[in-house]
Amino acid sequence: MIEQLTTPDINSDGDGQKFELRLFVTGASINSIRAIANLKHICETYLAGNYSLEIIDVYQQRMLAESEQIIALPLLIKKMPLPQRRLIGDMSDTEKVLKGLGITHTS
Amino acid sequence: MTGIVGLDEITGGGLPKGRPTLICGGTGCGKTLFSIEFIVHGAMLYGEPGVFMSFEEKAEELVLNVASLGYNLNQLQHDKLIRLDHVRIERSEIEETGEYDLDGLFIRLGHAIDSIGAKRVVLDTIENLFSGLLDQGILRAELRRLFEWLKAKKVTTIITGEKGDGTLTRQGLEEYISDCVILLDHRVANQISTRLLRIVKYRGSVHGTNEYPFLIDQSGISVLPVTSLTLTHNVTSERISSGIPSLDKMLEGKGFFRGSSILVSGTAGTGKTSIAASFAHEACNQKERCIYFAFEESPQQIIRNMRSIGFDMQQHIDNGLLRFHASRPTLNGLEMHLVSIHKLIEEFDPQLVILDPITNLITVGTVSEVKSMLIRLIDFLQSMQITVMFTALSLNTIVSEQTDEGVSSLVDAWLLVRDIESNGERNRGMYVMKSRGMKHSNQVREFVITDEGLHLVDVFLSPDGVLTGSAREAQQLQEATGKALRDYAVNRKDREIERKRLVLESKIASLKEEFESVQDELNKAYVEEELRKDVLEKNREQLIKSRHNEQ
Repeated sequence: MIEQLTTPDINSDGDGQKFELRLFVTGASINSIRAIANLKHICETYLAGNYSLEIIDVYQQRMLAESEQIIALPLLIKKMPLPQRRLIGDMSDTEKVLKGLGITHTS
Repeated sequence: MTGIVGLDEITGGGLPKGRPTLICGGTGCGKTLFSIEFIVHGAMLYGEPGVFMSFEEKAEELVLNVASLGYNLNQLQHDKLIRLDHVRIERSEIEETGEYDLDGLFIRLGHAIDSIGAKRVVLDTIENLFSGLLDQGILRAELRRLFEWLKAKKVTTIITGEKGDGTLTRQGLEEYISDCVILLDHRVANQISTRLLRIVKYRGSVHGTNEYPFLIDQSGISVLPVTSLTLTHNVTSERISSGIPSLDKMLEGKGFFRGSSILVSGTAGTGKTSIAASFAHEACNQKERCIYFAFEESPQQIIRNMRSIGFDMQQHIDNGLLRFHASRPTLNGLEMHLVSIHKLIEEFDPQLVILDPITNLITVGTVSEVKSMLIRLIDFLQSMQITVMFTALSLNTIVSEQTDEGVSSLVDAWLLVRDIESNGERNRGMYVMKSRGMKHSNQVREFVITDEGLHLVDVFLSPDGVLTGSAREAQQLQEATGKALRDYAVNRKDREIERKRLVLESKIASLKEEFESVQDELNKAYVEEELRKDVLEKNREQLIKSRHNEQ
């Protein structure tokens, strides 16, 4: 409830908190490529200029798998704004991605 | 090898190496502990590092939980022998936005395995993934891939799973893991719980198919095979005294075999405890250690009671040779009793163990359970060369050829103490019903408890039957009287003969005198005849001479 109340506020302010996103992928697997493409598209559409996206290949940094509690991939972690959310999958379901990121569709 | 006591025996050498094993069971039946032991023993005993991936408990919680078993997981983690990894899945935090796979888990596990060179992996409980992630199709496919991948990595894996309705696991994991399935169960009967383990499936291995009880205690899990798989314990022909010399006499004069099992059964108040205490007392006198498990009386009670028949048990306790362990049978289940007995025995290392009485155990288990427990206990004791004496109460006064616990066929020697009621009193009779490997007496003996201890007395067989107690004493008295009378009679006869001899001898002397006088008489006539003859001859010659002179 709180989430839904606060996020539109940030959004309506326009230059509220920046979205800090981290996408974990596994090399060049189909899911990963799709996830990167889909996410970039969503970000450009709905968060243009108001986000930072870090794409991490877990194969390259295997230690992260444990510290970040990674199980399913691809995984998108929304670090900021709080609360932290995790999204898995190839980000093809735009509705769900937006809901997960706390972005109201209307904007 | 799992390193779990008893399991390697049942499975014929442990879990399948390099392959996944499924351990399933209900809540709280010991799956996690089982897998922790597998990892820890692997690291500590077999030099095989292991990865423990927990989907339930946090690493710190696990460390705490098994610290009570004496395992220092932090130290082992530090030594790179094990690695704990807690996988946290929060349904509410996760949004599924399309196709995904479990590569993250693979990478994580792969990294953990590679970082310590693990040979063992535990996934506890992987089914939690199903509650965290929604797409069942993906999960199933990914799990199948995971198990294949683990097999390819040649790590021995344990996967735990919660028992579901009608299936071994809720999510049907057994479909994927088909090499070895072990089912743990936790059953409560008569308010007493028993943990059971069964190997449902084990490809390519001859395994025990029974349900084996197992225990969780301060030292972890131990599985106790219902019957020892082999009957190959060493035996000795050394003998130990029962503490009752006359009983030893019935057993070839030497007593029981060391390491044998002895059953003393009898009705109430026949002195079973006294026999057991006597045995313990004698063993302690020989500087042997003894544990006395009392299920009926408190140690102080036994010590006081035994003092009345001349056994000072207290001195042995003070010397550290004797230990009492008294507990109500209802204190805990049979299995726990067995464990506590095991533990005490291993701790104290006695040469003699006494259980008094086993009949009371029936209150916490069924006959067959008690029997199976006793079989295991006897097996264990015999493999350790410990002599054991059980006492058992038989409820009926008729001599039953079978004890309540049905252990009579298991024991090596069986003494039966029995009431013999006659002439308004009860007396105790003792038989040696069986004694393997020796020529034991077939006689019934009367068993007498005195201030100085226990004795066996020959019973009297009279035309009226077997005599015991005061009847026997009366008979003994009667016999003694008879003997005195007989002795007196014999003496009198002897004296009479002597007198007769004297009379006859004097008679002989007088006859001899008579004979001599007759002889003299006869001789006198004869001499006179001779003299007369001589004189006549002389006279004739004189006459002749005188005639010639005249001419």
